[in-house]
Order: sequence, then C-alpha cells, then structure tokens
Amino acid sequence: MYQFITGPLLWFSFVFFFVGCVVRVVLYIRGLDWRLDRVTYTKNISFGFKGAVRSIVFWLIPYGTQSWRANPVYTLIFFIFHFAIIVTPIFLSAHNIILMERWGFRLFMLPDAVSDILTLLVICCAMIILLRRIALPQVRILTKPHDILILIITVAPFMTGFFAYHQIPDSEFWTLVHILSGEVMLVAIPLTKLSHVVYFFCSRAQIGIDFGVKRGGMKSGGMKW
Amino acid sequence: MAQGTLCNNRPITTEEELHTLLADTHGKKYYAEMHELDVDTDKLGQLIEKTCKSRIRTWLQICSRCGLCAESCFFYLANNHDPKQVPSFKIQKTLGELVRRKGKVDNAFMQKAMDTAWGKCTCCNRCSLYCPMGIGMGVMFSYLRGLCFSQGFVPWEMKIGSGMHRVYRAQMDITGEDFVDTCEWMVEENQEEYPDLEIPVDKEGVDTIYTLNAREPKHYPEDVGDAAILFHIAGENWTVPSKGWEETSIAMFAGDWEGAALQVKEVYSAIERLNPKRMVVTECGHAYRATVIEGPYWAGLESGKTPVETIHYVEWVLEALKTGKLKIDPAKKIKEPVTYQDSCNYIRNGGLSAVGREIMAYIAEDFREMKPCKEHNFCCGGGGGLNGIGRYRQQRNIGMKIKRDQILETGAKLVITPCHNCWDAIRDIEEVYKIGIRWSFLKPLLLSMVIVPEHLRVQEEE
Ligand code: SF4
Ligand code: SF4
Ligand code: SF4
Repeated sequence: MYQFITGPLLWFSFVFFFVGCVVRVVLYIRGLDWRLDRVTYTKNISFGFKGAVRSIVFWLIPYGTQSWRANPVYTLIFFIFHFAIIVTPIFLSAHNIILMERWGFRLFMLPDAVSDILTLLVICCAMIILLRRIALPQVRILTKPHDILILIITVAPFMTGFFAYHQIPDSEFWTLVHILSGEVMLVAIPLTKLSHVVYFFCSRAQIGIDFGVKRGGMKSGGMKW
Repeated sequence: MAQGTLCNNRPITTEEELHTLLADTHGKKYYAEMHELDVDTDKLGQLIEKTCKSRIRTWLQICSRCGLCAESCFFYLANNHDPKQVPSFKIQKTLGELVRRKGKVDNAFMQKAMDTAWGKCTCCNRCSLYCPMGIGMGVMFSYLRGLCFSQGFVPWEMKIGSGMHRVYRAQMDITGEDFVDTCEWMVEENQEEYPDLEIPVDKEGVDTIYTLNAREPKHYPEDVGDAAILFHIAGENWTVPSKGWEETSIAMFAGDWEGAALQVKEVYSAIERLNPKRMVVTECGHAYRATVIEGPYWAGLESGKTPVETIHYVEWVLEALKTGKLKIDPAKKIKEPVTYQDSCNYIRNGGLSAVGREIMAYIAEDFREMKPCKEHNFCCGGGGGLNGIGRYRQQRNIGMKIKRDQILETGAKLVITPCHNCWDAIRDIEEVYKIGIRWSFLKPLLLSMVIVPEHLRVQEEE
C-alpha cells in the first residue's frame, strides 16, 4: 500500500498535475480569437505585454490594487493563505529530506517551527474564508458546494501533515492520508476551480492585454489597477 | 416557432417596420407578444458554440465566488447591498446558465436574462477592475445582450434603436440631407457674429473629419453650431461627411452586432472617401467606444484601429488649449466649484483620464474631484442604453443615487459632462432628486470664455 501511494500514484499525480496544467493553458490560448474577443493579441505587442505584466504584477502585490485596498482584512487573509500554501510544501524539511534521499538534491529548508506556524496559518485562514462565505450575504449567495469542496481538498494535506508530524496517535495512518490528500490536490488542480493556479495568470494577462492595446493603454500609459 | 408581429427574432430592416414598432406606444403590444415568443434553442445553442470561446468560458469557470466585485457595482450599492445585484451572481444566473445548458432555455429564462442584461448592468466595466481573476463582467453582459437580441428578447427602445441604424445609419430618423440642412442652418444662425463661419461638408484631404451624435443635429443643433465656431476660432482645417457622420451605436447597446458593424463601416467609408488626416469625435462616450474602440473589430480591421487616427473631443480641446489655438480669458474662467463626470466609455475603457484634469486646469479655478474618480469612477447610472429604456426607469433612478451622492459630496453645483449619456443621466438626477445642480458639455463653457481673435470678430461699421 505505502509503496504504491508513494510510488506510481505519486508519479501519476505529478504528471497529471503538470500535463493537466499545460493542456489547460494551451487550450486557453488556442481558444483566444481576436475577432470574437475583439482584442488584437498579435498587434502592438509591446503595449499588450506591458498591459499583461501590469495586470499580473499589481495583483500579486499585497494592497497593490484598489480592490485589495478596499478589502484590507480579506486581502491579508488571502495573501497569507496563498503564500503559506505555496511556500510550506516546497521548503518543508521533511519533503526536502525525501528529495535528497531519492534525487540527491534539496532546496532551502524551513525550520520546522516556521513550517508549523505556516501550516496553522493555512488552516486558520481556510476557516476564516469558510466563515466569510457563510457570514457575508454577498458571498453566501455565490457559494456552491464546489467552493467548500476545493477548500477541503486544499486544507486536507496541511491538516493531515500536521497530525503526522506531531505524532498524533497512529502517525503512520496520518502520513498515508497526508500523501493521499496531497495527491488528490494535485489531480484536482487541473480539474476544478483550483485551475486558477494557471488561469489566474492567463485571465489576468488577457484582460491586461485588452486594456493595454485596446481599452486605453496606448493613450494612458496603463490601467491604474 | 411562435414569433410576434412586433416582437420577433428578426431585426428591423425597413422604414415601414420601424414606424409600426414606433406606433406601439411604450411597447405595450411588443412586450405582450414577448410572452409568447418561442426560443429557438438549437439556433441559440449553435450561436453559443460558435461565439463563446475560451476567454468567456474561462471567466465563467474560474470565478472563485469571492464576492469582491460586489461593492464595485453601483447597482449593488444603490440597492442596499442586495446580494442579487452582485455582478458574479447576475452573470452566473444568466449567461452562466445559458452556456452550461447549451442554449436549452425557455421564454421565462430569456426574459429574466434580458431584465438582467439591460436592467441590472450598464456594461460600465467597473467590476472588472475589482476582480482578482480579471473577469470582464461588462464584456460578458454585452455578449449576453447579443444572445438575447438574436432571439428577439430585447427592450422595445433598443429594437427601435438598432432598426434606426439599419435603416438610416443613425440612431434616429435623420437622413444625410437633414444633417446637411442642419449644418447650413447653424452657419446662418451664427453668421452675424462670425461672418466667415463655415461648416465644410465632404471636403477632401482636410486635417480633421468631425463626426457626431445624431441627437446633436436632431435635438441640439446649437451643439453643431458651437463645434463649428470653436473649430473656426481654432483655425482648424476640417470637414463633416454628408454620409457616415453618425458615431453613436444604439445597435451596440442592443446587442445587434451586425447592425453595429453596418454603422461603423459607414463612418470608415467616409474616412476613406474624404481622406482626412485624423478624426475627431464629439463629446460622447459610447460613440467613441462604438466607433473607435470596438468598431474596428466589427468591421474586421486587423489593426484594431480606425482607418485614421481618432481622438475624442476632449483630446482635441486639450490640444487646442495647449497649442494656444484656443485661448481662455482668465477673467472668465469658472469661479464656482465645479466637478467633472468621467465617462466610463472613454476614461475607464479608453484611457483618457488625464485629459479632463488638464482641461480643468485651463478653465476652472475651483475644480473638485468626485470620489472615486478617473478609471475608478462610478457610472452615471444611465449607461449602456439604460437612459432610454422605459421598462427599467425605476431601476435606473435607484442606481443614479450613487452618482447623486458623489456629486453632492464635492459641494459643486456645476457638473461638466462631456458625454451625451452622462449629460442625460445627470439632468435626470436633478429632475428626480432635485439637488440643485447644473450640467454642461464643454463646448458652451469654452465658448463663454474663449478669446475670439481680432480678425474673426465682426468689424464695426464706421
Ligand atoms: S470578484 Fe471576480 S472572482 Fe470574485 S466573485 Fe466577483 S467575478 Fe468572481
Ligand atoms: S459592468 Fe458595471 S453595472 Fe455591470 S455589473 Fe459591473 S459594475 Fe455593475
Ligand atoms: S453614460 Fe457615461 S457614465 Fe454612464 S456608462 Fe456611459 S459613459 Fe459611463
């Protein structure tokens, strides 16, 4: 069992994740149509490029846009959540030790205490996001089971990892569930709304090009996001 | 397929059809027939299949339902934070469903889609500045309008407007001759004061071709006169075309993509015929949006640009002020507090926010910004054709509260509105809410303060 989950299944999940994301991006780009979208993607490329970069970069900076500034608390939660989700698994010492054993290299390793805090932050932020979904009428009305499900899929590897590391009784069980839930997440990324991992960049670039070459960018110097 | 005599899925193409529809006061029969209108689900499904590609499909898919767009929409704010006014909700319940069900929807659904696409959204695109995912909600609502139009689910006035463009190549029943007559009349009207005043019609090879909004010759002919006088004072080498002078596009508001294409092609062929160096568009927001920003795409121009460089009237004004072609008498600058309505169509969606401020520095002593302003300004409340639709009058009037409060907050009693729709909406804000404001295009204000050069003045008889 353990062999299978950490062997072929792990491989499968990673390949599925990478190929899935690439396929998604390729299909997206192939589906862009200058006539239907009414955006000249291949003309005035420097303006389009600038528009795309602005549209992505400002949104990646905490409080970098009017929208982020208008929602200070949510923005804080949003950035902590995403930062911790990306950084923790990549720089976790346990992961890097496995990497070292199997591949002979490793990345920078976070002290375990820091990883712990980051993990707890992911869990707390997810709770707040969930509560926000229920508490605010303008978010509640939009919420569907899918949104809750992807939140669970995202948090599960962190929760189970935390249990496993802290040797909560039956650590072996938790380790197994942890690996499985991580694999579920990888597979879910191209299949669910988690595809925003790549689509965030596609969509932001697209609207950036739209504002950059067509809607004013050539006269204004760029949208003030 | 049940199709009404007035309400049906065929666009208006003849004068006669147009008159029959106009005769149906307030669209009473039209809307009654709409209840019986069948949805051609196969055709609708095919249209979606053909025109809804990865951009819109991805937008619909990746919306993370975070609700950040809620507070960006003036309809949401004006309706006491009604969750049903959240942009994402409005689009998911209409276009989202339509795409998911591949067009298999019924009459009631299409009417709901229509009421949302026109009655709950002005396509101002403000929400797309507030969505982390870069979802272009206004673009999607415009697209939804197109789908509704193709099935005949379109507000009565929009059907008429689109028909006007198809029949007259103008949003109103005004022909090329009517337009030229108005130009001649305006020259006569003003000749006493400006003896050499001219409105050159169809002059080839000039610097500037001027195109306008059909409302000007039809309802506000003095605007045509004012434009001529200002060009005259500035020494502009200009012309108007007798055909292809109309810039606006109710067809765009109606979602009549074909009609919109017919209209802009008329303008572009005037440009090709007269070969001017550039085009100036009158003080209208959606006209600029239709003919300069969207138009090239409807006409299939791969450059995405009009055949010659085009500037909005505010850009022309600023250029004339900067180069000294128009000189302002400092004593006549506006002394009272004054504010400026940023038109979504050429500010947020056209990049001209800086221009208005620079003009204000020339003409106003106490200029006050609305909050928020520039790209982030709220729609006046009457955009997207909403001003002209009786069915949604109530919704519009509620929406206008946001602009009303924004204006009140500035303390200014004068609102400069270089956009026809904004001008109307702000007039109506005063009519509905009586807050004691005045509103004006730039042209009459400029005329009241510009220095007329010696050689253009009437020589006093000895
Ligand atoms: S802000 Fe964007 S992602 Fe969030 S609910 Fe609105 S449309 Fe969806
Ligand atoms: S485009 Fe404007 S009116 Fe329409 S939903 Fe967005 S903010 Fe509201
Ligand atoms: S009427 Fe004016 S403010 Fe309203 S949408 Fe049009 S341009 Fe914007």
